[in-house]
Amino acid sequence: MPTGVLNVTIDRDGGAERFEVPAYDNQTVLDVVSWVQQHADPTLSYRFACRVGMCGSCAMMVNDVPRWTCRTHVSKVTDGADIHIGPLRNLPVIKDLAVDMDPFFDKWIAAEGVHHGALTRDDPIARVDAVSVGRVEANAGIECINCSVCYAACDTVTGNADYLGPAALQRAWTLLNDAKDEARQDILDAVSGSGGCHNCHSMGSCTAYCPNDLDPMSAIAGLKRETAKNFFRRGR
Amino acid sequence: MLGLKLYMAQRITALLMGPFVLGHIAVMIYAIQGGLSAAEILGRTQGSILWFLFYGLFVVAVSIHGAIGLRVIAHEWGKVTGSALDVLMWGMGLAFFALGARAVWAVTFAGVGG
Repeated sequence: MPTGVLNVTIDRDGGAERFEVPAYDNQTVLDVVSWVQQHADPTLSYRFACRVGMCGSCAMMVNDVPRWTCRTHVSKVTDGADIHIGPLRNLPVIKDLAVDMDPFFDKWIAAEGVHHGALTRDDPIARVDAVSVGRVEANAGIECINCSVCYAACDTVTGNADYLGPAALQRAWTLLNDAKDEARQDILDAVSGSGGCHNCHSMGSCTAYCPNDLDPMSAIAGLKRETAKNFFRRGR
Repeated sequence: MLGLKLYMAQRITALLMGPFVLGHIAVMIYAIQGGLSAAEILGRTQGSILWFLFYGLFVVAVSIHGAIGLRVIAHEWGKVTGSALDVLMWGMGLAFFALGARAVWAVTFAGVGG
């Protein structure tokens, strides 16, 4: 049974549109968007897949804050009945609430956020010390689901389009600390370029808004430390 | 926009400026005890290699540090890009240095022995 009515404003290609959506207990923001698409306007475009906070595809701006909508309860984001939903910030809009994630993933690659292995399938499995400093540091960042909430939250990305952003740099940091990754210098070079980790102002929005409670800001600080040490070691 | 070299230049100059600022403030507090006059300041600085190096290095550090900071602001807030950004950074840095160096020279060696 509905418990009331939500006044939902959705930013679409043609401008903001208002919808009245029945309110329910334990209703998520994704439920609201889905209700609009299923009952009010089937042309509304948005993206989701898993609905349980694993796939990272349903992130949107909710009352001007980037959130994973499938795990965000309406009661958490509004005291009254007004909700404002828009496409993720800092990314080009394809249609309505669906943004083009290409810049986000292109930067992921540009930061060398890919595995650089040296072993083949014929080699024995490398042993990793689960409590080593590097492994603990890497573990802290590996639960990233690529939802781009941190990227949308980052004011440095807004001001500096070339900046690689928190998610890509955090992945670079986890790989730098991964005993199985063999491209330490490539990673350090990739994050030292004109869009690299040194552009971060440590404002901390990435860490504040990460839905998985990860800490990209500290990961980026780690990259700054390592690149600085490397700078003195290599003399450049 | 800001690579490793500029980052290091800005951080190293920041490290230099820390003690310079503290030394500058400490001398200011010491110097104003019992009044302050131009003659007293010049008496301390004129012909002094120590004060020339102190404020000379301070000016170099400020010029580098400030110019890189303005580069970031000009890009993120003013949307200045490409070579215009380099021209702005170098122009501001050289201007800061010219202003500071002129002042340092004026209170240390200008007119000394002349």
